[in-house]
Amino acid sequence: MTENILHEQTRAGGSTSGNDPFLVVDNLTVKFPTADGIVQAVTDLSYSLEQGRTLGIVGESGSGKSVSSMAIMGLHDYKRTQMSGSIKVGGREVVGLSNNQMQSIRGDDVAMIFQDPLTALHPFYSIGKQISEAYLAHHDVSKSKARAKAIEMLDRVGIPQARSRVDDYPHQFSGGMRQRAMIAMALVNDPKLLIADEPTTALDVTVQAQILDLLQELQREFNSAIIIITHDLGVVAEMADEVLVMYGGRCVEHGPTKELLTHPEMPYTWGLLSSVPDVSGDPNARLIPIPGNPPSLLDPPSGCSFHPRCAHKDKVPGNLCSTELPELLPGVRGPQHLKRCHLADSASIYEAEVLPEIAPDIVELIRNDGDDTPTAPEAR
Amino acid sequence: MFGYIIRRLISGALVLLVVSIAVFALFFYGPSDPALAYCPETRCTPARLDTIRTSLGLDEPAPAQYAKYMKEIATGGSFELGAISINCPAPCLGVSFKFREPVREMLQERFPATLSIALGGATIFLTVGVSMGILAARRRGTASDKGIVGISLLINAIPYYLLALLAYLFLISQWGIFPESGYYGPFEDGPIAWIKGMLLAWIVIGLAYSTQYARFSRGSMIESLNEDYVRTARAKGLNERQVTMRHGLRAAIVPVVTIFGLDFAYLLAGTIFTERIFGIQGIGLTALDAIGNKDLPIISATVLISATFIVIANLVVDVVYSVIDPRVRLS
Repeated sequence: MTENILHEQTRAGGSTSGNDPFLVVDNLTVKFPTADGIVQAVTDLSYSLEQGRTLGIVGESGSGKSVSSMAIMGLHDYKRTQMSGSIKVGGREVVGLSNNQMQSIRGDDVAMIFQDPLTALHPFYSIGKQISEAYLAHHDVSKSKARAKAIEMLDRVGIPQARSRVDDYPHQFSGGMRQRAMIAMALVNDPKLLIADEPTTALDVTVQAQILDLLQELQREFNSAIIIITHDLGVVAEMADEVLVMYGGRCVEHGPTKELLTHPEMPYTWGLLSSVPDVSGDPNARLIPIPGNPPSLLDPPSGCSFHPRCAHKDKVPGNLCSTELPELLPGVRGPQHLKRCHLADSASIYEAEVLPEIAPDIVELIRNDGDDTPTAPEAR
Repeated sequence: MFGYIIRRLISGALVLLVVSIAVFALFFYGPSDPALAYCPETRCTPARLDTIRTSLGLDEPAPAQYAKYMKEIATGGSFELGAISINCPAPCLGVSFKFREPVREMLQERFPATLSIALGGATIFLTVGVSMGILAARRRGTASDKGIVGISLLINAIPYYLLALLAYLFLISQWGIFPESGYYGPFEDGPIAWIKGMLLAWIVIGLAYSTQYARFSRGSMIESLNEDYVRTARAKGLNERQVTMRHGLRAAIVPVVTIFGLDFAYLLAGTIFTERIFGIQGIGLTALDAIGNKDLPIISATVLISATFIVIANLVVDVVYSVIDPRVRLS
């Protein structure tokens, strides 16, 4: 397991693979007109993802992480959504495609795993029928062939006695098995991109680890790209090659996983790191929550949308944080690590003020060793 | 499942027993005296009244009569009404006071008319109502949704008897757009005559009932289209028809089945307004006449039959549930 992560991350580190990215999101903006005004759920989001690589999208509820991914699948409500920018899936522009035109992409090129497999699976149809239905939607084969494929996939995702469990209904499966079945359904058409929307949130911790292992294993086998949407930095540390932190509908920090988790440069990311419990640390240690509430997307704050909750805004001269939206630009650590923050010397603030609070033991360690790579607890 | 059905049938029989006792009690301890109805007003003497009571079998105490009634259902019996003797084979539901005929045979003769109304009406209101509901749910908030809900409320606001009466008066009597209504046996008189006689009654029942089915299935459908599994179905790449019908409707139909079961049972028990206005001799009209004639055997038989239909409908609904929803286990 640890080896796998290391392997993945070294690959992530030396990231000049010659592939064209399978997914290119460029300046994506998603708006929903509501009775109270226009909700701007996603603003100017850009990223790209190659096959075989994993992107973690992190953020609070309402940060736009799910909305932006639904847009890739065209799963938004077409009548109530205004979308601009570009999403290219395998070179094909999908912004502007109709619901019908999206059908050939959904489930075939791009598949999705949802948060709660109990509600995401239809309670009235057997697991096998739901998987073969997904296969039949994109393959012109007989029902018995599709059923054989469903059994094969259930077996592949580790359902014991797949042949006899294929006719079971979702309520006869355990939570972890349901999520495995969901994964089998998503992978049945060998998609090039898999979007996993909080795939482990509804599961208990031991099952979470199994599901994440399974996803990594299948990714190596199928060489698919994965977007994993989560608010759990532990999941990101284990799974993702790259991390994109979203806040108030915008990308606020983006970089390779190890780099971003060890040298976070945006105060919101610091806040996320602070609010993760450290299993190996002091069990009585206080979690440090991010003060305040997520911003209203109807009436977003001026300037940097995080400024009302930011503990470090005083360090930026001239009220810049509340008047001017910072650009998403490379920070001090090179062109791969982007941040949307006015703070000039974020690295030293992080080391001096944030790290001692969230991981005093590590600071201690660094002082003794003289090593200059402080490591956030989650990335170990 | 078999054991479950047997248990439900037994408890249903108990319900029917209670219903039959209640009908008897109401009739005997209520304010009206059936013998009076058969005693000519001008020449009604106490002696004559007693004779009538004896001839109708009303002179015995109520519990004894009830016991006799139950026994006849099981074994049949013969009735001496004045000079005539009427044989009533099991299951005997008594002999009509007025018509001097075994009630079961009378009702059996009239049941096909009621069944015809129910089948034709239900076919129309179920298809029209549910498809309007689906359409409105899929186009939620648009003009067609508002139109469907508005028209449905409008039709619902008109009392049913008025709707039926206006339809009859204008569409048949006045303008002759529809053929004269009435019941013709589909086998005896041919299907064309049957359909012609029933057509407007079907349409009126279908229209009136479809309004509530449209609104009901619309609500149910909107709910199920918002479920996560519908999003999953769409994410698999199914087309909208498959998403709506296979995944949305399958779940939305469950509550519709419940009200349909009861509605259909009520229709089978007799549609008084429809039968009266369109001149169709069915169970409803028979029951209505029996109440006017204080014809106890017919009244109790129709009540008992309605109760039976409702008990059976409930059982069928539960069995259908278990077929639609695999999570429901009958036990």
